[in-house]
Amino acid sequence: MSRQTLGVWGSLRATFGRELLILWRSPGDIVNPLMFFVIAVSLFPLGGDADPTYLSGIAAGVVWVTALLAVMLSMESLFRSDYEDGSLEQLLLSPQPLYFHLLAKVAGHWLMTGLPLVILSPLLAMMLALPDEAYTPLIIGLLVGTPTLNLIGAIGMALTVGLARSGLLLAVLVLPLSIPVLVFGTGMVQAALAGLPYTGLVALLGALLVLALSLAPLAIGAALRISVN
Amino acid sequence: MLSVSALHCERDERVLFTNLDFAIAPGEVWQVQGQNGSGKTTLLRILCGLNHDYSGDIFWQGEPVQRVSEEFRAGVFYLGHSPAINKALTPLQNLRWFCAVTGFSDDAAIEAALAAQGLRGYEDVPCRNLSAGQQRRVSLARLNLSPASLWILDEPFTALDRHAVAALEKQVAAKARAGGSVLLTTHHQLQLDWELKRIDLDALAGRRELRA
Repeated sequence: MSRQTLGVWGSLRATFGRELLILWRSPGDIVNPLMFFVIAVSLFPLGGDADPTYLSGIAAGVVWVTALLAVMLSMESLFRSDYEDGSLEQLLLSPQPLYFHLLAKVAGHWLMTGLPLVILSPLLAMMLALPDEAYTPLIIGLLVGTPTLNLIGAIGMALTVGLARSGLLLAVLVLPLSIPVLVFGTGMVQAALAGLPYTGLVALLGALLVLALSLAPLAIGAALRISVN
Repeated sequence: MLSVSALHCERDERVLFTNLDFAIAPGEVWQVQGQNGSGKTTLLRILCGLNHDYSGDIFWQGEPVQRVSEEFRAGVFYLGHSPAINKALTPLQNLRWFCAVTGFSDDAAIEAALAAQGLRGYEDVPCRNLSAGQQRRVSLARLNLSPASLWILDEPFTALDRHAVAALEKQVAAKARAGGSVLLTTHHQLQLDWELKRIDLDALAGRRELRA
């Protein structure tokens, strides 16, 4: 028999790979938040004013807010199927460190749902006539900000996964916590438009990400234990 | 192996069990009996560490479980009502992940375990395309893989055909013969060629006369 002992790292890779594979096998969970992102952003020129000077003023805010909502929508698939089929119990009972497994799971989820949002965002910003100098801060901001949103969303999802209809409650719980990310993210774009440096705001977003990376898995784990109980 | 003293649990202001004491030694098979709603599943979930609404003490190898939680989790395998099988993934992928979170990788053993459950040839079929009984067997294949010394099985015989039931009974007896222990609930009439110890939750709660 070729039984190999897996260290923590090997078993984390398995959890990460499993998350990618599950999302890959259910493309709706990847595509639907993206479609929501595209449709919601394109409603603004239709509902408001198609004048480029008006649109360029609201572009960064619109892209950020819809990205935030799209992330919340994508969180639904993070724990739902694992909760329903009992895999979550198995994960909670495993002798492996839960903290790192939850990080691996959220990282896999971000790679499949958050990163596509970031990649799509310049296209939508172009549709809203965002000035050229604002693209770099928008993309950097989303790149650093969406993982934080994913981690915050995962706490909310872990708390509400036991409820049948958790969508609205999730939004009420999680959106207030996402405000700092939104403020710093759009602030970066505004600073770039005013010709000011935005590196300080990147550092703040980075600090929020580090804070979320270190604390969110603890909160997610505690919330999951309550939900499974 | 696992022992319990003065375990007390109430739910919705109803006492499920109180002053429950027992000790599971290596090589023993225990069956938890009781009518529906008597708290069998709750007891098993408390014992494996999923449910914390209880008072009393649980010991693993003589130490309180809170103190040896890592060894405890490595030593216990829990099979619940839900199969812990992701339907989008294939049996092979599901079991690979189970092995990984248990702490090893061994594809040869996974294939042998699936073959032992009569699932040879289904390794790469997504689980949602398998029947309920076959999904249950994928879940049970974890028994062949788990290195745990104590199995906690909640209704392991549901959705199984007669041959699979007999095979599982043999597997439970073999586990006990090899020095492991099994704690299970079932409404099926067990035919083990091994001594069976019982915890009767109805008798504990004084409900015997209701069943007669």
